[in-house]
Amino acid sequence: MIKKATTHVNQNEGLIFERSRPGRVGYKLPALDVEAEPIDSLIDSKLLRDGDLAGLPEVSEVDVIRHFTRISTWNYAVDFGMYPLGSCTMKYNPKLNERVARMEGFAASHPYTPDEFAQGNLELLKELEDALAEITGLAAVSLQPAAGAQGEMTGLMVIRKCLESRGAARKLVLIPDSAHGTNPASAAICGYQVKTIKSNANGAIDLENLRQVVNEDVAALMLTNPSTLGMFEENIEEVCRIVHDAGGFVYMDGANMNALVGVTRPGDMGADVIHLNLHKTFSTPHGGGGPGAGPIAVTKELEPFLPFPRIIEEKNHKGERVLRLEYNRPQSIGRVRAFHGNYAVLVRALCYIVTLGPDGLREATETAVLNANYIAHHLKDVYEVAFDGQPMHEVILNDKRQQKTGVHTLDIAKRLIDYGFHPMTVYFPLVVPGAMMIEPTESEGREELDLFIDAMKSIAREAEADPELVKQAPHNTRIGRLDEAAAARKPALRWKPAKTSSAAGRE
Amino acid sequence: MAAYPDDLHYTKDHEWIRVSGDTGAIGITDFAQEQLGDVVHVQLPHVGEKFDAHATFGEVESVKTFSELYTPVSGEVIEINEALADAPELVNTSPYGDGWMVKIKLSDPGQVDSLLSASEYEDFVESQKEE
Repeated sequence: MIKKATTHVNQNEGLIFERSRPGRVGYKLPALDVEAEPIDSLIDSKLLRDGDLAGLPEVSEVDVIRHFTRISTWNYAVDFGMYPLGSCTMKYNPKLNERVARMEGFAASHPYTPDEFAQGNLELLKELEDALAEITGLAAVSLQPAAGAQGEMTGLMVIRKCLESRGAARKLVLIPDSAHGTNPASAAICGYQVKTIKSNANGAIDLENLRQVVNEDVAALMLTNPSTLGMFEENIEEVCRIVHDAGGFVYMDGANMNALVGVTRPGDMGADVIHLNLHKTFSTPHGGGGPGAGPIAVTKELEPFLPFPRIIEEKNHKGERVLRLEYNRPQSIGRVRAFHGNYAVLVRALCYIVTLGPDGLREATETAVLNANYIAHHLKDVYEVAFDGQPMHEVILNDKRQQKTGVHTLDIAKRLIDYGFHPMTVYFPLVVPGAMMIEPTESEGREELDLFIDAMKSIAREAEADPELVKQAPHNTRIGRLDEAAAARKPALRWKPAKTSSAAGRE
Repeated sequence: MAAYPDDLHYTKDHEWIRVSGDTGAIGITDFAQEQLGDVVHVQLPHVGEKFDAHATFGEVESVKTFSELYTPVSGEVIEINEALADAPELVNTSPYGDGWMVKIKLSDPGQVDSLLSASEYEDFVESQKEE
């Protein structure tokens, strides 16, 4: 076997622990200018560890740099290609956002800066609150929640606090069976029992069923619109009316706002609370790329219960308009996040909104919906579409036709990696057996969409002609098919020093 | 092909119960484990907990999905399958045997009559597949 001087692009990389050589270091300390003292004369020996640190890697600086730099080139990212992960809105993150977030006034200001010296920073928050209020059609916005799930929890706490102020918190939160798993989790954390409501054959809320289950015990209905099936909830106004008539609130999960921004507004449909995933809809980095942000927008009635601090406008002694953080909010649920939320993420989101403007935001939405429909149109003869009707910004296929040759959704997703794409979302929503959920977003041009469609068609042909090829994919990666069941059942969560072979601890 | 042993009673939620006297062992069907894929975790109730029929008594998680477990009939949990904590794969390899989940003391043995027989359950599964 040829030994290469540098790691080949297809070659695997060992663990940093395996690179360890006894005595190798990456530092050089200056000579002591004091008398050397034995360590146990300075620190009680009870507190000293006795050799259980053995096995920590002994490496040089260049070993460390090469190891991590090589691994860093293995990431798949939206900067490399399409990332059609349905329900996640993996749109491109414009570099202008990054530039603006790094401006000194934003990046270097201290969270304890007194309000009078942080007027620009507060102004940015105020502008973003106002923009999001306009986009959602609701009265007030809190930018505090750090991510979507925390937004859900904050929104439900606000609803609960408002109901308590009316007399009783009520008991139930209704959630459709197609919902994101975070919805029932948020409701349970806020002390509510979850009642699942079944979707009808078209994946929409069954109005008759809803009328039957709504009563004075229902605190809120949580729903996603478009639903996680990618369909617009056409009866949304009636749904909201039924819940409101019983004195409950409508919580809208904003995960799918990328299908609505600039075209229609949740507040106009009757929603009382919505959270927005800035890392989805508003182009801030997603997942491992940095923290998210999950602001909530609420109606006028719910505003007093929002987390503090709130940003308020007032006049200073010279009669000039100034902004101030208000902490005296007696009805508020309290703080949900330190300081001002994930501030640098908020900067990026406002940058995106201002860059596109109202017409640009609408065009982005229309393009996202068009792209999903383009994919649905070209794949519907090859893969079964889970639901009839017009998809919005994402489309759900299933593996029914491919199952005939023993090829399943997981195999198709793995094979897609060989074609250079990140897999789509698989096996979600749970109500669709073998779901493949594809969300191209507006970022992709027609050429990239065509490449994806060709790849999916090619995989469908392979599933017929050579099912084993698909079932054993991926083939073009450093590591082949992983045993996901063993990884979940018997996870190797940490490296352990080798006793006999250098590969111990790796499974 | 999924198996449908004759000595069991079934539900449309894909649980089975094996009744002997006033107690019954409960698990999920072969069809259910096939649909779930490799099971990685089973969350079971505590001995002594009481459940109505069709109540959620636990959860099963597989590599691709997550599903709630429903009681076919009402009763009190008298034993749980401790082995599933370390070997959840028993649900896949032996759904009607070592992969059983809980044993309950039936509070109303008459409820068993309303459950599906093996052939009725098989017909139900086939009708689901055609949909």
